[in-house]
Amino acid sequence: MNNVLYAILVLGALGAVFGFVLAYASKVFAVKVDERQEEILSVLPGANCGGCGFPGCSGYAAAVVEGRAATNLCVAGGAACTAKISAIMGTESGSTEKCVAFVRCSGINNSVKKYDFAGVSDCLSASLLPGKGPAECTFACLGLGSCVSACRFDAIHVIDGAAVVDKEKCVGCMACAQKCPKNLIAKVPYSAKVTIPCSSKEKGPVTNKMCSVGCIACKLCEKACPNDAVHVVDNLAVIDYSKCDGCGACAQKCPRKLIKLSDTVKN
Amino acid sequence: MIARILSISLGAVLVENFILVKFLGICPFLGVSKKTDTAVGMGFAVIFVMGLASVFCWLVNYLLLVPLKLQYMQTVAYILVIAALVQFVEMFLQKTMPTLYQALGIYLPLITTNCAVLGVALLNTQYNYGLIESLVYGVMGGVGFTVAIFLFASVRERLEFADFPKAFEGFPIALVSAGLIALAFMGFSGLKIW
Repeated sequence: MNNVLYAILVLGALGAVFGFVLAYASKVFAVKVDERQEEILSVLPGANCGGCGFPGCSGYAAAVVEGRAATNLCVAGGAACTAKISAIMGTESGSTEKCVAFVRCSGINNSVKKYDFAGVSDCLSASLLPGKGPAECTFACLGLGSCVSACRFDAIHVIDGAAVVDKEKCVGCMACAQKCPKNLIAKVPYSAKVTIPCSSKEKGPVTNKMCSVGCIACKLCEKACPNDAVHVVDNLAVIDYSKCDGCGACAQKCPRKLIKLSDTVKN
Repeated sequence: MIARILSISLGAVLVENFILVKFLGICPFLGVSKKTDTAVGMGFAVIFVMGLASVFCWLVNYLLLVPLKLQYMQTVAYILVIAALVQFVEMFLQKTMPTLYQALGIYLPLITTNCAVLGVALLNTQYNYGLIESLVYGVMGGVGFTVAIFLFASVRERLEFADFPKAFEGFPIALVSAGLIALAFMGFSGLKIW
């Protein structure tokens, strides 16, 4: 009987001693981690997309606490996330306009093809071929989907030879833009009502010959715009979203039907 | 004494290698052997913990369990000692040596439940080793673990480029190569100096 008692006592005592030592050690050896860092990490989406420019969500949380980063850099979390981080840090949140990626090309199927491409399904490899890829237009989306594999949010897909962004899913981290060898993907406001899916900087007649929808720099949109929001720069119509009110006058005038109103197109 | 220490060391590293001859600590051996640098990191963490665990388990055994005739509780007591020890060491390192803590990283808490560590404590008792002999056996057992996991990780890195049937990809080929390395280590079993 004594043996059993001893066993219980010794192991119980051993456990208790270790418990107390560990409890004491956790006080003595406590390393101060700013608790705001944990809190910020818990409100971040945890996608580790790198859209903020820091290595993952924990890197961004540490940077915010150390004052190295603003509270509104998380693109995946958006305004709600910014508000929470600002509340934790006790600062005013800078206002953030939600931006999404937009592919400035209507796709290789609209362009005359120089040759058929049957190589690796990777835009960079295809764009290094003679003539910068199989499309006659050197600014064309090759539709091979390098951006699709770069997207962590399932927000960009190749539809009919052109990469198209689903703006409801897009968080604006622009990981796709970094993969695009043609540099076609740009940031546009989520609220943008008018978009121009073309990047061609060739002169009008050249674009006219090689693409059925590309911008021919006719400047009709420029003249039609009541707000001075669209201009032809380097043979390409560009919208200034700070002035555009989405009246759609440019889209009506466009002889190529290139300019799209957001309600009528997928993006 | 020196001869004894040398023969224990040789035994622990080669003849009775913990992984390849005694088949203890297989979980980290397979788990963290994909890259040589993480394998070596794990190896050093194991050396560290096995050395400490040998000493502390020896103390608990001979100061507490043997006088009270509670040897049958060794396994339970050792588990308690090792778990508490690893926790303590983790906290201690985090505070005092952040660089070492960073280097050992996740491996330290992983070792808490490593059977090689419990194995070394029980074997020390089984072989009736003294305090210094236990320490040597623990540290050298850890060195043996490091040697084995480093060799295995090097082999696995090369397997990445090897051409073998698709059915063998991943763990099957890793287990086959682990078996072959273990066979090679069986060759040391006749090794004796003194």
